[in-house]
Amino acid sequence: MRLTGAQALIKSLEMEGVETVFGLPGGAILPVYDPLLESPIRHILVRHEQGAGHAAEGFAQATGRPGVAIVTSGPAATNIVTAVADAYVDSIPIVVITGQVATTSIGTDAFQETDTTGITMSVTKHNWLITQARDIPRVIAEAFHVATTGRPGPVVVDLPKDVANDTMEWYWPRRLDLPGYQPTVKGHPKMIEQAAALIASAARPVIYAGGGLIRGDASNELRTLVDRAGIPVVTTLMARGVLPDSHPLCLGMPGMHGNFTAVTALQEADLVIALGARFDDRVTGKVDAFAPKARVIHVDIDPAELGKVRRPDVPIVGDVKSVIPEIVRLLPSERRDISAWLTQLNAWREQYPYSYEPAEAGAAIKPQYVVERISALAPVDTIVVSGVGQHQMWASQYFRFESPNTWINSGGLGTMGFAVPAAIGAKAGRPLSTVWVIDGDGCFQMTAQELVTATAERIPIKVAILNNGYLGMVRQWQEMFYEERYSEVFLSPDLPDYVKWAEAMGAVGFRVDQGSEVDPVIEKANQIDDRPVVIDFRVDTFEKVYPMVPAGAPNDDIVLPPHQIRGR
Amino acid sequence: MAERSSNLVPIGSIRPHVGGRHHILSVLVENRAGVLARVSLLFSRRGYNIYSLAVAPTDDERFSRLTIVVDVESVPLEQITKQLHKLINVIKITEIDPADALEYECMLATINAEAGARSKVMELVEIFHGEIIDVSLDRLTVVFALSPEKLDDVEAFLAEFGVIELQRTGRIALSKLPKPARRPKKGKIS
Repeated sequence: MRLTGAQALIKSLEMEGVETVFGLPGGAILPVYDPLLESPIRHILVRHEQGAGHAAEGFAQATGRPGVAIVTSGPAATNIVTAVADAYVDSIPIVVITGQVATTSIGTDAFQETDTTGITMSVTKHNWLITQARDIPRVIAEAFHVATTGRPGPVVVDLPKDVANDTMEWYWPRRLDLPGYQPTVKGHPKMIEQAAALIASAARPVIYAGGGLIRGDASNELRTLVDRAGIPVVTTLMARGVLPDSHPLCLGMPGMHGNFTAVTALQEADLVIALGARFDDRVTGKVDAFAPKARVIHVDIDPAELGKVRRPDVPIVGDVKSVIPEIVRLLPSERRDISAWLTQLNAWREQYPYSYEPAEAGAAIKPQYVVERISALAPVDTIVVSGVGQHQMWASQYFRFESPNTWINSGGLGTMGFAVPAAIGAKAGRPLSTVWVIDGDGCFQMTAQELVTATAERIPIKVAILNNGYLGMVRQWQEMFYEERYSEVFLSPDLPDYVKWAEAMGAVGFRVDQGSEVDPVIEKANQIDDRPVVIDFRVDTFEKVYPMVPAGAPNDDIVLPPHQIRGR
Repeated sequence: MAERSSNLVPIGSIRPHVGGRHHILSVLVENRAGVLARVSLLFSRRGYNIYSLAVAPTDDERFSRLTIVVDVESVPLEQITKQLHKLINVIKITEIDPADALEYECMLATINAEAGARSKVMELVEIFHGEIIDVSLDRLTVVFALSPEKLDDVEAFLAEFGVIELQRTGRIALSKLPKPARRPKKGKIS
């Protein structure tokens, strides 16, 4: 069967089971958009290529399947680089297909030419420039394989226009020839034995659960380990929901804005069991002072993570989904009693929960309260998507996550503007779930145009803007570390008019000023299912995210909210 | 690969000594477009420093071998090799212990050699098993293939005559072959 390169590309995507792609056409990718008309693949037309990338990320995180974006060459390719970099740091499997100028024009500074493989080399797991039509099925198969196996990540496939127009004899590769790519899945039995023995003998063990557990679909395996061994768990920003917040051994988020118990549990532990976590600086604080009394078991599918930041006592390269059951299998029946440790942790939880001072009557709404109410009123199976900043931390702290893949945010790269397009991707992938965006006013302004996409494509997401009129997190740092010298952080709560803006984009817009209006408006939003909703929550400008470990400080220097310090 | 990797060594400059902190990585890669860019980009973006680099296809044309000499005072070698392994086109990495390596490097040099100096140059070339490969009235171009340390010596000698242009290849290396174990002498406890 003779196909054009473009037809072969679309057919290859179908072979990979792709049902939804996010994209925006242009000159060099034109040939690919033609056979798309005959394909059952749903194409969601974004308004900016960055949006296509974040939507693919949101789709991947909500469904566990790779997200796909198709854009043209030059500026389209550079526009999507932010999303590719975001996916790289958070290990999200996305496949990005970029158009390229004809092979005969490459290197001539042709119209809309950029060196896409060169530009994306350091932010992809791998990338390809296809130079002949007959390579297309092979490269697409390799691209999906690389993106989704081992430590997942983004890949970019750059397709020149003449290659897309050329013809080839269709085939689908039966096996892939990637001699340099063989991820280790099974852990080393000796190391697993040692890990099990260490776990059994620890007096103050903590499981440090990272995003790898979510990517590795190992939530159930973790649950079994926790229930069998009775060990408390901290869930990092990337792992929120991997163990239900309602589980008695779930201590919640550690790190810079983690709660006192989670942070201090790691500091006081004699054994840290890191599962799919990478000892990020936002978790460790000052590395030398992180978990100073602990021995470390580190399980990760990426060998380069073992010893990158903290040298583990027991390193295990492997897939958490395969390694954890092996550890459980080898757990000795005789285990040290850790009830004193659990009692201590519970005392801390009692004494130092996340906490804020409720708004006085008539005063501005507290942002934490809005998150609490969205959480309380959320239908089962709600997905929460956030941007980056104060609102992200409050969402992670105050939303009660009960299952994996229900919390989507930009963790490692910290990409402002991530939320709205990522939520579109999540809702497209899981149309039956309610998708709430908890966003900041600064973040919302960066990618709000994608609400046009949401309206046009009938993707009814709900957006709660915690509008404090500031670049809040930067403001908080200027207040705490720059002697309240506020430099370029004021945005204005009234400009733009979020309600009018939402309406202009075909969404329903609400504005909430009073605490008493919070519940009714959230309930109204929950009932709207035919278009996006935007709620402008006017929240307290001066609220800060607590607790906080100042950047580079030891975790022992955790700063509690003022009212908790007063009560100490 | 900062200024000191510059190929044109200014006359009279002293090549920095690699010393005991260097490691030799022999890296087998797929012979595909862009592989060298991926490897060198990895070094620069992770903040590692390449001291020298030699690349050529192997006997199997699907693969190339890179010999990378790394200066690893600040970064543990383990992290470098692990990151390198993550590159899809990298097949195999062998670390060759400098104490256990056969290291060779090639150098071309054009030097001043007026009539009076010429015999001295020829003497030097003979001692170091080099070859004169080009001649003009007042200059000579010579070639040497030696261990990098000996090459440093030659370079120092050549500088005395005045170096016009000089090019070294960067080292290539293979592991020394295993030797049969020496028989212990009678009565000696090993």
